[in-house]
Amino acid sequence: MTAANIQVSETPLVLYTLRRADDALILGHRLSEWCGHAPMLEEDMALANMGLDLLGQARELYSYAAKVEGKDNDEDKFAYLRDVRQYRNLLLLEQPNGDFARTMVRQFFYAAFADLYWRAMMRSTDATLAAIAAKSEKESAYHVRHCSEWIIRLGDGTEESHRRTQAAIDELWAFTGEMFSVDDSERGLIDTGIAIDPATLRPQWLKTVSGVVREATLVLPDNNWMQQGGRSGRHSEHLGHLLSELQSMQRTFPGATW
Amino acid sequence: MVTAIHSDTDLRRRAWEAASQVVDPEIPVLTIADLGVLRDVEVHEGRVEVAITPTYSGCPAMNMIALEIELALERAGMPRPTIRTVLSPAWTTDWMSEDGRNKLRKYGIAPPQASHSRRALFGEQQVACPQCGSQDTEVLSEFGSTSCKALWRCKACREPFDYFKCH
Repeated sequence: MTAANIQVSETPLVLYTLRRADDALILGHRLSEWCGHAPMLEEDMALANMGLDLLGQARELYSYAAKVEGKDNDEDKFAYLRDVRQYRNLLLLEQPNGDFARTMVRQFFYAAFADLYWRAMMRSTDATLAAIAAKSEKESAYHVRHCSEWIIRLGDGTEESHRRTQAAIDELWAFTGEMFSVDDSERGLIDTGIAIDPATLRPQWLKTVSGVVREATLVLPDNNWMQQGGRSGRHSEHLGHLLSELQSMQRTFPGATW
Repeated sequence: MVTAIHSDTDLRRRAWEAASQVVDPEIPVLTIADLGVLRDVEVHEGRVEVAITPTYSGCPAMNMIALEIELALERAGMPRPTIRTVLSPAWTTDWMSEDGRNKLRKYGIAPPQASHSRRALFGEQQVACPQCGSQDTEVLSEFGSTSCKALWRCKACREPFDYFKCH
């Protein structure tokens, strides 16, 4: 017997909060997959620590989504009992770890965005979101710094590390546009000051990213065609595999606790 | 009425005393009051409510700390307290007491720098070795054994040490 999916009433604020919670959970889970496999011990700790920060952010956001929704759902149900199509994370974050360069590029693209995003969200008219933003911003700033150093070291390292990092940038670039897109549901929240418009952050993000990439002797692709879909539940094939692992216990033994 | 108010004040004081003795499970020389994790104690109709704040969002010690507070209050004769987690204002290393910083150093962990700007988060840092006091140190890993620590090494005495990250 397997546990059934929950139903979620996706009002704009619930949807907004779940999207950010899913971002943090999925990327945090990806990082946890490195645990015990990183190229060196220090980096194993770094990846696990960043994953832990993201998991903490996810828990706060899920709990708030549950409170706003005011139904029977809670953080665990949101994480364990929604199917692929109910997940709302960015496509970028569900992409497989690949090699270390690919994990770092994915983390760098996102952290550079999250740092700006949460800093701006500290001005949200929603007190809970502003408080979550204030914590997340400090953590994201640390992640950006860590990833930036790695991008530079990898790009400006050996021929092999340069080649792999450039390949990761080329492959993941098309997923970066989704971070800055806004739909009607979110537009209303932006108008009332609950959310901020991520599009306004893109120039600064591009400046940070291109600065580091240049220092790393790497280049950003010219291609500006961007892939979207995660925010509305249309995911790449990779998310289903991730969820099957993340959810296996609760799906197999509904309500199991330890 | 006066008595009630007085007893609430007294209860609050006793509750704070009991809660402030709880130590961080990862750094047992520091109490949650030293760390600035203990934010507030209130009394509502004879029931104690304690507010704590996490150092980092994902800090796994928070559940343990909440449980320890409950136990400490129960033992001090204040049954079924409520433990509330607050996020705002966000915790900063500036809340760590001077006493706490000294205890950390003695324990072998370099305390966070007093400077609290984003510059300290990003910029050049001078961290003194908690073993020999030398300033000739280098970072080994931005991340350490817990979310609040980084791993450093002293180039003078060659000892590695934990540094409580500036936040």
